[in-house]
Amino acid sequence: MNKNDFDLIVIGGGPGGYVAAIRAAQLGLSVTLIEDKHLGGICLNWGCIPTKALLRASEIKHLLDNVSDFGFSVSNIKMDINKITKRSRDVAAQLSSGIKHLLKKNKVNVIDGFAYLDKKENEKKIVIVKLKNIDKTLKLSSKNIIIATGARSRNLPFVSSDAINIWDYKTAMTPPKLPSSLVIIGSGAIGMEFASFYSDLGVKVTVIEALNSILPNEDHDISQIVASNFKKRGVDIKVNATLKSISNNPNQVISEILSNGKTETINSEKLILAIGIIANTEKLGLEKYNIKLDRGHIVTDQWLETSEKGIYAIGDVTQGPWLAHKASHEATLCVEKIVGLDNLHPIDKTSIPGCTYCRPQVASIGLTEKVAKANKIDIKVGKFPFVGNGKAIALGDSEGLIKTIFNKNTGELIGAHMVGPEVTELIQGFSIAKKLETTEYELMHTIFPHPTLSEAMHESVLDAYDQAIHY
Amino acid sequence: MSVEILMPALSPTMEEGTLSKWLVKEGDKVVSGDLIAEIETDKATMEVESVEDGTIGKLLVMEGDESIKVNAPIAILLFDGEALPVELPSKEKKEEDEINVQVVSNNKLKEVDLEVKAEFKNEVPSIIKENNIIKKSKRIFSSPLARRIAKLKNIDITSVLGSGPNGRILKIDIESLSDNNNLKIETSLNINDNFEIVKNTTMRKTIAERLVKSKNEAPHFYLSLDCNIDKLLEIRTSINSKSNNDFKISVNDIIIKTVSASLIKVPKANASWENENTKYFKNTDISVAVAIDGGLITPIVRDVQSKGLMSISLEMKNLSSKAKEGKLLPEEYVGGSFSISNLGMFGIKEFSAVINPPQGAILAVGAGEQRPVVINGQISIATIMTVTLSCDHRVVDGAVGAEFLSAFKEYIENPALMLL
Repeated sequence: MNKNDFDLIVIGGGPGGYVAAIRAAQLGLSVTLIEDKHLGGICLNWGCIPTKALLRASEIKHLLDNVSDFGFSVSNIKMDINKITKRSRDVAAQLSSGIKHLLKKNKVNVIDGFAYLDKKENEKKIVIVKLKNIDKTLKLSSKNIIIATGARSRNLPFVSSDAINIWDYKTAMTPPKLPSSLVIIGSGAIGMEFASFYSDLGVKVTVIEALNSILPNEDHDISQIVASNFKKRGVDIKVNATLKSISNNPNQVISEILSNGKTETINSEKLILAIGIIANTEKLGLEKYNIKLDRGHIVTDQWLETSEKGIYAIGDVTQGPWLAHKASHEATLCVEKIVGLDNLHPIDKTSIPGCTYCRPQVASIGLTEKVAKANKIDIKVGKFPFVGNGKAIALGDSEGLIKTIFNKNTGELIGAHMVGPEVTELIQGFSIAKKLETTEYELMHTIFPHPTLSEAMHESVLDAYDQAIHY
Repeated sequence: MSVEILMPALSPTMEEGTLSKWLVKEGDKVVSGDLIAEIETDKATMEVESVEDGTIGKLLVMEGDESIKVNAPIAILLFDGEALPVELPSKEKKEEDEINVQVVSNNKLKEVDLEVKAEFKNEVPSIIKENNIIKKSKRIFSSPLARRIAKLKNIDITSVLGSGPNGRILKIDIESLSDNNNLKIETSLNINDNFEIVKNTTMRKTIAERLVKSKNEAPHFYLSLDCNIDKLLEIRTSINSKSNNDFKISVNDIIIKTVSASLIKVPKANASWENENTKYFKNTDISVAVAIDGGLITPIVRDVQSKGLMSISLEMKNLSSKAKEGKLLPEEYVGGSFSISNLGMFGIKEFSAVINPPQGAILAVGAGEQRPVVINGQISIATIMTVTLSCDHRVVDGAVGAEFLSAFKEYIENPALMLL
């Protein structure tokens, strides 16, 4: 066999690509992974992980601001934004080198370079790699290709990030100094996490959302609680509001906002664009194959195969939701399907949990009440506020709610929506329940430890069947 | 103390059965050995005897109840002067029952302990102990949600194929079933002008399951050979002419003997596949397919190598009439090392049979008919019988199968050789 021929070539080394490569190696395939920038992808280098390091810092700031509630008094607290961002970068670097080690351990051949598809030769797909740092190209071939090239943040037609006043996520994660004021366009997970971080560090924040509530994909009850919490902290939230124009001046950005038929202008020192993503499909040579796109994202079947046999796509480059854990799960499923393992099931999109790490945290899985009703499902809804939970009160963090939605006829848990302390760590309980296909019966008869935040999950389930004890 | 009469395991493979008929009613006095019920198993209908003296206190299942698990209580037997216990065992444990015990004090703990022991005792019924056969019933894995939806839709979960890990039945498996309208017909008896739906009996389902298993798991290949049976027919006529109607040897009886002799000559064909091992039988226990009402069964003539034609013939007659009455005992049809299926009496020229797992081969026997044959360049007429051997290639290779068939041909064409 040609030494440049592999069972599988994976293009892109993010949480989709590197997981696919490792799983393929575990299953005995010869596999090559090609990464253009940094192993671990956006998630690890410029997304999920470094932002969690930043939010940890702003959470500590919040605790310090309220330290007297716990019987302490401190004075002369100093904050160094450069040290905060350096810690965040160190965390990302540590993990990225960890991925390199994992790939090596699993004998995955890793190439640094930019890969693109070339025409088929002898029924094999050809991948050309422009090597990084050397002016040389490599020609590889394989029967199977997985495209895992991810996505990048979207710009507006009239405004692009310049890394000075108009920030994308990268600049927002490494600000040279704290601005005094900040406008954030978009209130999805990314927008709300930056809003939380900067407002906790004392920046005057305004959030602009085009739809009628912030975190528009979350259940309405949850969005409302988050919105009221942010408003109490002094964050200005404008919903049903769109950005009409921007005037980017040396020391300030003037945003023209159209809201409920009225136009207003907002002055801020900086502005963050957090209005979604576009897939990285350019220069990949997709046009040489029969690969269909829909609004810029690669279309696949339920087993992640594109319209071209033997070419697969996973993660952010495909259809949403655009979440790292969905990419990783698609990676294993896709590889296991290529190998032909038994008992595989396509991904059920109502079983993918989603987390937002703002303060208060938000986590959810399955259908919202509105979607369930729109689908004419007969439902039972349970709600339990953290103010009824002993552990939450003891933590001094009792704002929040757990809402559960069951199919009234079958007892299937069709949705769980949470806002409050550590809910991003709690949601997995409901993920497991959904995967194992429990009904309300098993959840009601599960013994949850006392005193824990998880008891609120139990009470919410009980409430759906009018059996809540503590509320 | 009253005792529960449990659903007996009437064969080693039996997991559940249908109570086809009660032969007693509540209040009847019975003595040990009295027949109390007829039970339809996967193989046959059998009668159940009472093992104790007493009065039938309560019948816990109805006539016609299907899928009664082995060891489930079917009736309560009261001893003299005894009244019915207040709490009757329920036919099926409700799921709510599974987590109803909360231990509060030491006293309570003891009670619970006793209860557990008593329950454990019930789980090992006397019939099973006597036969020394302990068979774990096959556990069905299913998600709680799948069970709930199956119940709502009136679907028998045991009939659903699971797509989850270890065949676990998931919601999607039930839902994909219920999209199919046929399923409703399956659960209710329906007759219309164009067709009649007949509910499958336990035997039918067992036959289906075993045949599918055989065709799925055993790689079948087939070998056919024509045998001249003129000499055999001569010998048969001559033997039967001396019988004074005491016996009547059939062609099939001689085929049973011939198969046995061939297996002794080619022992490698007398084998079964057991995954880790191949089992080579020393005896020739020949299973013979017998058509019965609503299906077929393969009673076994054991140790054929040490039996003469007369005893083979009598035994076969006896087994086949018991089979037709549904009265075969499990040991009369479970086991066997090799099978014969003979459709010659229907004039079938040749056919190939499905292997009877876990056996390694089955011989399909066609009708003996006069055909023109060429011997030494001359056309003459001979009685020819075509036989087809189906082999499980995992245990019987082509050469072994061929060797067996040629031994069979040699013996059947020259029956005198079997005297050697």
